[in-house]
Amino acid sequence: MTADEVVLSAEVFEAFRTAIADGPIDFDDLYARYDHETERFEFETTETTRTGLSEAELHEAAEEHASFVTNWWFVSSVLGDRSADRVAFVRWLEAADEHPVPARYDALASGMDRSWGELHIMATIDETGQRSYEIRHEDDAAVSTDALDVYTNPLDAREIGTFDSGGQYRPLRTAPSLPTGWVFPDLSAIEVCETVDAFYPATIANWYRESEGTLDIDHWRDTAERQTGIYGIIDELDEAAVNRIAASCCVDSQCLKRREWEYDAETELSADGGSGVFPCREPCSLVVAAARKWTTLEREEPQTYEFELTPSEKEQLEALIDAVADDRTDDIREADVYEGANRYRARYLREKRIDEHGNLSGTPTHPEESEE
Amino acid sequence: MQSLVIVAHGSHLNPDSSAPTHNHADTIRAVGAFDEVRTGFWKEEPSLREVLRTVEGDEIYVVPLFISEGYFTEQVIPRELRLDGWDVSEWDSDGLSASHTVLTATDIDREVHYCGPVGTHEAMTDVLVRRAESVTGDPDVGDGFGFAVVGHGTERNENSAKAIEYHADRIREMDRFDEVQALYMDEEPEVDDVTDYFESEDVVVVPLFIADGFHTQEDIPEDMGLTDDYRTGYDIPAVVDGHRIWYAGAVGTEGLTADVILERAEEAGASIGDALEAVRERTRSTGTSDSAGSNEPAMGD
Repeated sequence: MTADEVVLSAEVFEAFRTAIADGPIDFDDLYARYDHETERFEFETTETTRTGLSEAELHEAAEEHASFVTNWWFVSSVLGDRSADRVAFVRWLEAADEHPVPARYDALASGMDRSWGELHIMATIDETGQRSYEIRHEDDAAVSTDALDVYTNPLDAREIGTFDSGGQYRPLRTAPSLPTGWVFPDLSAIEVCETVDAFYPATIANWYRESEGTLDIDHWRDTAERQTGIYGIIDELDEAAVNRIAASCCVDSQCLKRREWEYDAETELSADGGSGVFPCREPCSLVVAAARKWTTLEREEPQTYEFELTPSEKEQLEALIDAVADDRTDDIREADVYEGANRYRARYLREKRIDEHGNLSGTPTHPEESEE
Repeated sequence: MQSLVIVAHGSHLNPDSSAPTHNHADTIRAVGAFDEVRTGFWKEEPSLREVLRTVEGDEIYVVPLFISEGYFTEQVIPRELRLDGWDVSEWDSDGLSASHTVLTATDIDREVHYCGPVGTHEAMTDVLVRRAESVTGDPDVGDGFGFAVVGHGTERNENSAKAIEYHADRIREMDRFDEVQALYMDEEPEVDDVTDYFESEDVVVVPLFIADGFHTQEDIPEDMGLTDDYRTGYDIPAVVDGHRIWYAGAVGTEGLTADVILERAEEAGASIGDALEAVRERTRSTGTSDSAGSNEPAMGD
């Protein structure tokens, strides 16, 4: 299908004619008005300018340029009473700001792709100008729909996103651990918003606010000072610690939101904020809860310990920390004893260097207490 | 456009924590009482900070899916939702009587109806009884049965114990069960000694908790002696000291809890048509009693 082949239904034309009678339409390269004195219509697009039209002539013009009229109808009727952020999101899915209507219709006819976190969203159009949307995991972009589990209810996205592919609970919906193997093949414009919101709650609202220049960012200090109860202590953390938190928790490998909050309005954090399409406007509850633990840990004073390790054992400890921090432990093959974080290697190290009390090199964690 | 926002605790560790919230939201969606139903969480997403910006409606009812008035309903939720001018005196409550108030949420610059918690509503008594029906599989359960309502003690929150006493009193007044007793985890009368407080051979035990988690799935079953190790599960009923203990798990997992959410919103001015009837019927036929029998290990938060 091309933009020239779009069909104008009687219903859409009637809505169009009625709307013009109420006042001029000026939308996406379509201008139309009704002159109550002369009882004639004007119809103008990037492709034609017609004046002094009878209703029959208006109908003819509208049919010839049906892509413009159905496009107006889609936004005014289908999206008519939806919130501004959802309208903007649906328009973004078809890059409405970038392409004139006929080119956009041609592109939609073959499918327009967008990426939102790990979601691959494709918008398509039928010959009446009706849009439909498909959502799947980006890693499944090339997979046949037949090979995927098909869903129709947007709220099913909530269940899909609750566990990762290993069956672990995902407390952070925007973690890059969404499982694959599913597809929502045929969603309406409203349903595509609901589905995205179920996978990634509030991301559309915050993305829209950012695009409008009204995103309300609560920096670390604002958030920390607001806390009460058991989290009331996190404002003790200094900028260096907050930087470590951001580098640990808020980079793209851990969360697909793009961190926009800083230590405070004057003090930027040096940690990478990421490059996600939707913003993070304040430290989330996971960061706050983890910060509480780090607050109590940072209260401890450093202490000098003496350990005896071979050079390779020191490197192995570093490899173990790396493997856990980079979530690679499941990738290390059982018999790959060349990996420091291999299970057998770790068990051997424990046999050799950790005593029956769990102390590394037999060195007590609290030497004074153990002497008593 | 009328919107319902259910706000709840949620958990970073246990997906069961938010499951009742989602289930009740789905029930209310299914009966069409509101144009939209949204959920927001302290520990999950959307967060309490951001849930209101996902709401499209202009008549917004916020119902806390919490057991009692206290820290969350009085401090955390109003602060995180940015309810302008909130003061606990808005509710003029004795610890049980918070109903609703209207405040502007500065996040969206719209008024919201902020309701009292679900757990202190009188209709919650019916949910406790429905839970007993679900766990015994007997819609007429009562005769020959004792009923224990279990909660935290006053240690964490004075109002928590008030809610337990309130519902225990109301169940007693129904004259349906042979004996009714409020029991606590942190203080006397303790749930550990449940069999000391009942003469009835059969005792239904219902914790006044919103969701199943560490307390309801691990502590209480072990404390009552239903099992030595929660991971190995327990029978329903389980025999302890010659009593059959019908342990129901968290009352908030009962489908009828959706009714209490609606009652809170209706009292705050929402027009919900015949949704209450629909929810009562729907949750009777579909029930969620299966959750009483499951005993998946779960971590608390």
